[in-house]
Amino acid sequence: MLELRNIGFHTDDGKDILTEVNLVLDEKIVVITGPNGGGKSTLAKIIAGIIQPTEGTIWLDGMDITHMSVTERARVGVSLAFQQPVRFKGLTVKDLITIAAGRDLTLNEACKYLSEVGLCAKDYIERELNQSLSGGEMKRIEIAMILARDSKFSVFDEPEAGIDLWSFGNLIHVFEKMHRETKGTILIISHQERILNIADKIIYLKNGSVERYGSREEILPDLLHDTAKAAGCNILMDKLEG
Amino acid sequence: MDAIQKNLLHEVAELDALPVGAYNIRVNGESSARNTTANIDIVSKTDKSGIDIIIKPNTVNESVHIPVVLSQSGLKEMVYNDFYIGENSDVTIVAGCGIHNCGAGDSSHEGLHRFFVGKNARVRYVEKHYGEGSGEGKRVMNPMTEIHLEEGAYAKMEMTQISGIDDTIRKTTAVLAAGATLEVQEKVLTDGEQNAVSDFTADLNGEGCSCNIVSRTVAKENSTQHFASTLNGNAACSGHTECDSIIMDSARVSASPNLTAANIDASLIHEAAIGKIAGEQLLKLMTLGLTEEEAEEQIVNGFLK
Repeated sequence: MLELRNIGFHTDDGKDILTEVNLVLDEKIVVITGPNGGGKSTLAKIIAGIIQPTEGTIWLDGMDITHMSVTERARVGVSLAFQQPVRFKGLTVKDLITIAAGRDLTLNEACKYLSEVGLCAKDYIERELNQSLSGGEMKRIEIAMILARDSKFSVFDEPEAGIDLWSFGNLIHVFEKMHRETKGTILIISHQERILNIADKIIYLKNGSVERYGSREEILPDLLHDTAKAAGCNILMDKLEG
Repeated sequence: MDAIQKNLLHEVAELDALPVGAYNIRVNGESSARNTTANIDIVSKTDKSGIDIIIKPNTVNESVHIPVVLSQSGLKEMVYNDFYIGENSDVTIVAGCGIHNCGAGDSSHEGLHRFFVGKNARVRYVEKHYGEGSGEGKRVMNPMTEIHLEEGAYAKMEMTQISGIDDTIRKTTAVLAAGATLEVQEKVLTDGEQNAVSDFTADLNGEGCSCNIVSRTVAKENSTQHFASTLNGNAACSGHTECDSIIMDSARVSASPNLTAANIDASLIHEAAIGKIAGEQLLKLMTLGLTEEEAEEQIVNGFLK
């Protein structure tokens, strides 16, 4: 369970990015949605320890992790899948999955994680994470790394960004499977209705504040209704790139 | 051979026992062990220090090991080795030099390797340079390599210098006849006050010949590196040279390409990239549980793998 108590983040020039965010996250899948610039990615970075909140505290299973470094948080069970996966010349898919797992893996074990994200393991396991991989492939490998970590709390920052429609369909299946099998909590930042559809709970974050937080049944119908009403509104569907 | 020499031999040629096939092991300026085969002869030069390695035509799947070990502080040597690789051969040559210097005098190994690769012959050349020892004396290596590729010949040169060499100037020249192919993979890591210079020149003289020179380097601390590559396209040919460097701390890296095409069908490309480790790469590995130092080590090791 991850708990955010009164989290605030203000820039040096006085801009309020997040204000009084209070959340208890203990369901299997929680999706954060809301307009661009609402503070979603900042919240992901605060949870992973990449940036420090200017106010408030963060608790993982009753432990205050607010002042832990990125490495320390990773070691106590927090994971972050980047919106833009990082490429490495020379490091292979197997290298990264092994680092993610934190122990030596057999080829079979490493391959299992790739198969789960729909990649043919034998074609990818020795590939370098360089420019030869497409955005969709990088994204799936990024998710495979998170699977290998088996974290208590995993954050996915817009997993749909930059991938094609075909890959997106597979991505949904991956998250559905994670929903069935995970023992921890998964927080997904997304604008996609199909991802919202697999959420246990939905957070609607706007202008740095939690406007709504509740079960999918409570929140989703209103969001869809608002979207339909305000043509051109970008709450949903605006991030899927062809 | 003593323990230090055995360790050097392991580092440069991964040899823990005498190798299979032809070999010549040189220790502190003297030939310490030699073996020849029916197809591969090794003959000491009479006019200067060094050997001729003569590989008969049509010799396939054979190897030659010619490691050099220096453990006597202050020893300076210049060695001339010539490789004659007969037509249609397919062989592997493992060279390499290890210096252990725990004294005050500079130890140096300078060598001129000349390769004469016959028609349609294939050779893979693996060379590793390594230095160790805590003495104030420098460990210096200045290898010169000349490669002559006849029609249809192929050479792959893997040259690595990962640790412990204070000063190195590497000069490599190649002349390619029609249909010949040259591939060079260079890997260099420098740290401390080390200095490394790599200077490649390839003359692409024959129709349809090609050359690919790839250098990956990491410069740490106060070390300096310079990479120069000159490709002369004198026929319908293709040439590619690439220098990719990670710069760290207060190091200095320079790269200078020099391409000359003297034929309308010559296609020459140079790529050079020098930069520090990207912050997002470190961050990604830290989110996987590595410390910043561990992340840096993984990135550097992967880059030079």
